[in-house]
Amino acid sequence: MTDVATSHDAPASPTAVAPLLTLRGISKSFPGVRALDDVSLEIYPGQVTALIGENGAGKSTLVKILTGIYQPDAGEIAIDGRPVEFGSPHRAAQQGITAIHQETVLFDEISVAENIHLGHAPRTRLGLIDWGAIRGGARKVLASMGAGHIAPETRLKELSIANKHLVGVARALSIDARIVIMDEPTAALSYKEIGELFTLIEMLKADGKGILFISHKFDEIYRISDRYAVFRDGQKVGAGMLPETPQAEIVKMMVGRSVDQIFPKHVAAPGETVLKVEDLSHPTEFDGIDFELRRGEILGFYGLVGAGRSEVMQALFGLTRPSRGSIVLDGQAITPQSPADAVNAGIVYVPEERGKQGVVIGLPIFENVSLPSLKRTSLHGVLRLKEEFDLARAYTERLDLRASSLSQDVGTLSGGNQQKVVIAKWLATGPKVIILDEPTKGIDIGSKAAVHQFMGELVAQGLAVIMVSSELPEVMGMSDRIVVMREGRMVTTLENKDLSAEALVSAAAGIRGEDA
Amino acid sequence: MNEHTSIDAAVPRHIPDRLGSPLRARLLSWEMLLLAVAVAIFVANSFASPYFLNAWSLSDLTFNFTEKALIALAMALLIISGEIDLSVASIIALCSTFMGLAAQYGVGTPGLVAIGIGTGLLCGAFNGFLVTRLGLPSIVVTIGTMSLFRGVSYIILGDGVFKGYPASFGYFGQGYVFWVISFELALFLAAAALYYFLLHRTSFGRRIFAIGNNHVAAQFSGLRVGRIKFMLFCLTGLMSGIAAVLLTSRLGSTRPAIAQGWELEVITMVVLGGVNILGGAGGILGVVLAAFIMGLMTFGLGLLNVPGIVMSIFTGTLLIVVIALPILFRRLRNRRHARLA
Amino acid sequence: MKALLKQREFWLLAVIVGAVWLVSLRSPSFIQLPSLANIFNDTSILIMLALGQMVVILTRSIDLSMAANLALSGMVVALLNVALPGLPIPVLVLVAALFGTLLGSINGVLVWKLNIPPIVVTLGTLTIYRGLIFVIAGGSWVNAHQMTDAFKALPRADLGGITVLSWFAIVAVGLFYVLMTRTSLGRSFYATGINPTAATYVGIDVGRTRFIAFCVSGLVSGVAGYLWIARYAVAYVDVAGGFELTIIAACVIGGVSIAGGIGTVAGAVLGALFLGVVNNALPVVNISPFWQMAISGLAILLAVIFNARIERKRGRIILKQAEHAA
Repeated sequence: MTDVATSHDAPASPTAVAPLLTLRGISKSFPGVRALDDVSLEIYPGQVTALIGENGAGKSTLVKILTGIYQPDAGEIAIDGRPVEFGSPHRAAQQGITAIHQETVLFDEISVAENIHLGHAPRTRLGLIDWGAIRGGARKVLASMGAGHIAPETRLKELSIANKHLVGVARALSIDARIVIMDEPTAALSYKEIGELFTLIEMLKADGKGILFISHKFDEIYRISDRYAVFRDGQKVGAGMLPETPQAEIVKMMVGRSVDQIFPKHVAAPGETVLKVEDLSHPTEFDGIDFELRRGEILGFYGLVGAGRSEVMQALFGLTRPSRGSIVLDGQAITPQSPADAVNAGIVYVPEERGKQGVVIGLPIFENVSLPSLKRTSLHGVLRLKEEFDLARAYTERLDLRASSLSQDVGTLSGGNQQKVVIAKWLATGPKVIILDEPTKGIDIGSKAAVHQFMGELVAQGLAVIMVSSELPEVMGMSDRIVVMREGRMVTTLENKDLSAEALVSAAAGIRGEDA
Repeated sequence: MNEHTSIDAAVPRHIPDRLGSPLRARLLSWEMLLLAVAVAIFVANSFASPYFLNAWSLSDLTFNFTEKALIALAMALLIISGEIDLSVASIIALCSTFMGLAAQYGVGTPGLVAIGIGTGLLCGAFNGFLVTRLGLPSIVVTIGTMSLFRGVSYIILGDGVFKGYPASFGYFGQGYVFWVISFELALFLAAAALYYFLLHRTSFGRRIFAIGNNHVAAQFSGLRVGRIKFMLFCLTGLMSGIAAVLLTSRLGSTRPAIAQGWELEVITMVVLGGVNILGGAGGILGVVLAAFIMGLMTFGLGLLNVPGIVMSIFTGTLLIVVIALPILFRRLRNRRHARLA
Repeated sequence: MKALLKQREFWLLAVIVGAVWLVSLRSPSFIQLPSLANIFNDTSILIMLALGQMVVILTRSIDLSMAANLALSGMVVALLNVALPGLPIPVLVLVAALFGTLLGSINGVLVWKLNIPPIVVTLGTLTIYRGLIFVIAGGSWVNAHQMTDAFKALPRADLGGITVLSWFAIVAVGLFYVLMTRTSLGRSFYATGINPTAATYVGIDVGRTRFIAFCVSGLVSGVAGYLWIARYAVAYVDVAGGFELTIIAACVIGGVSIAGGIGTVAGAVLGALFLGVVNNALPVVNISPFWQMAISGLAILLAVIFNARIERKRGRIILKQAEHAA
């Protein structure tokens, strides 16, 4: 593949090593979508291969095929050159493939030790589970990772996300997997924890394991990876050795265009303050949040996943009760006890979990749009379908929704179009403040542009927008000001003028200027 | 992921309200299947017994389902919203016991009816409070109140019996509104029309479907999910209270074992009527048809001298088959599609 | 931390001991061994059934057909005993066990292969099994005088001071304890209930695990069917009518979460014993046995409120000091 020696201390020269895992010609389609199109990929022992691509590029589908959840429509998978088939997650695990996911898929109610050993528990001579060996093994593997502070007897649900991740890694180590897939493992980790994780990855490498590393963060990719593969729209658009390939080139492969074009510049002409939040705090999630939001402004909230941004928004939306602090909307103090209160006051929320919290799958588009506005479309509680259709059409067409009819189940729409339905639903209520939580997560570039375009129109009409986003280009391309959060606290509020990406990332990751 | 809409025309497109006519869908609906089953049983019954096709025996047969079916109407709404109430039969027992107790003190018919319905409403509110305010699973809560409500009846009555209801109280369960149309049947038909309207034509009904399909997204859309569920528990309690008035009036006596096991029959009726036990889908028409089917079957087998308990084999099988068939069909169709692809 | 884990069972035990002690203030003989052995004997069948139900509930399912299964399996062996009086009793117990397992496996197949919600499946089979009793017995009862003496004697037989019926329960508790804590099958019941998706990842076939759970509850119901019929020496359609909910009540009181994944053998046993103590204590303290139903209803509600407080889900715990405080 390449004849350039690397500066990494991978065992022997990479060229001499045969790939551990080979994918050839893998394709996978879903109704209406070609998620993977004739994709090939190699994973080498003792090396980290970074899988790079935008959301929707086909990375998750690939991971699901590798872990046996999806079966490919075409193509073949080989381990050590021998073709294998992953009929089920269990088969994939037996072939030595393990995955560590963004949201750890482990078992909350049982102990750390059992989580590490479930499915491959050591037995006594009588064939019974050997709890002593399980606890001992767990203690040993955790200690070897430098995670001795996690007691094997603790129930998993008592742990923080970072520690749950460590348990996931411990499990991968203990089942002696040959291929470890890490799907955005650093998303919820602090800077220090990321450093610890990378030490672990070096351990895995030295052990000869093949690692597939998925991340959106280029600094991490360059720090840990030996190779890369870039995906776009279900196809592999490039691969090679890492330190030699400049970042700009990879970014170009990823988006297929230069980043600036994506964001419609809107002219900020902020008016008077609409929302003023002071010292908003929660016992376990966030502390001392202060900010002001002005009419005609997009206020970005940036931070790592798990920094507490969504939690702040959910308190504003009445989903959780803050322990202290005040929310003042249009000069009036409000204490929303439920989303219904927040909506009545004029605060609406487009949640991150679109399928679970945004749209009601199973109901048609028009019923989704009219749901919060039923009081207006009905007469004395009696439905008036015509009013509902009119309302739904007015707002969905403004957002350029692609659907064959308004009676179509919203579940049959693409993610981007579902997001348009959610936004239409809220615009129909005539809100003052609209909160968008990761508004373009997992949607295609076309819909993304439509959502961004529309955000610009909203503020132009005098609406105030809060946008929570973990995507750096989006935050920098769309926001007027940016609030940076870390570990439940506000780090700083920055004017989005001549702001460097490095400054933003360092603030979010908690790095002092000079060590960045 | 997996969405790749093309960025074509920049002009907003017109989106139609609906595609095609809903007639075809309606012809193949669950309700049509139930109607066919009902007609088949009706025809079979009329062949099986010469006494069946008689206005009075047809009227008689309605008595064996109207009380349960009244509860099933409210239960359908509750199950569509994603909850369940197993305590309905026990609510009947408690309502009936309180009515009997009041009758001992000479309370008149209007007072008795008020006590019966009021008790039902309070029991429903109690269930609703435990489920929506304390956030407990309704299946466990109502297994608990099922024991509690009937338990209170046992405490009050022991192995005794309340009799001596005023003569005018007998009208609700024994009276006729017009010719062979009993008060019970008339009430049920009126209630069915009302519930149909409530579920399918009002914003309240729309919210029930939204909650049942996805209560989180419903809450995130600004619906007061807890309040609506609370109201549905109250409604179910209220209907149980009404059923208690009818049943007590029909029997003319109260024992603590009254309406034993009805909760399962009511739920069977609802599920048979096409309501998804997991919530989110269903309709009143199906429930009404299912009520008639169960009534016709009980009555028909009775004409053939088949005991009621054997009839339960048919009900149970019908329940499972009716749920399993669409699943099998869908699977078969998918397999064929896969082979063609 | 360990104490916290044990809390629920500990408190339930404390409540039971406290109740026994209170009753013994009025009637000192209540706390003596013969009386306690008698309570255990009375509760033995419920203990076994609660253990079977627990396994099903752990996998996010429910078995409403256990009592009907018990009655049908009991009727089958009763009729077998009448027809072939020479058949040895162990064979009959085996037949009851196999027949119960068969009935349970029907539930399991419908849940596993057709994906029908367990509550619907077992609601259906509950009515079918009850109806079948009537059919196979031709609508008549099997009375004490038709059964052989050996058939009736086994549960009452004395073995080392306690009855064989009690021994059945003790052995069942032991077997379930080993199953649930020391075998991978037992652990997979938990894993399936806690997180079915993750269970699939670690190689557990969720559907098959549910199927096995229903077979286990069926097996227990079958054995309990023989014991029940033999102990009360009569078999008819309505044997153990409504008992399915008492079984679930025992589980709920014992801290088994209806949402799956949470529950222990000790909890289920204590939940059943609680109901047994209440049953036996009421006459002793001169309270009408008619109070029993209301008390168990109240106990279910209190237990579920108590459990919900313990299991309350917390957020992500982002603030550092909050994690240490937790």
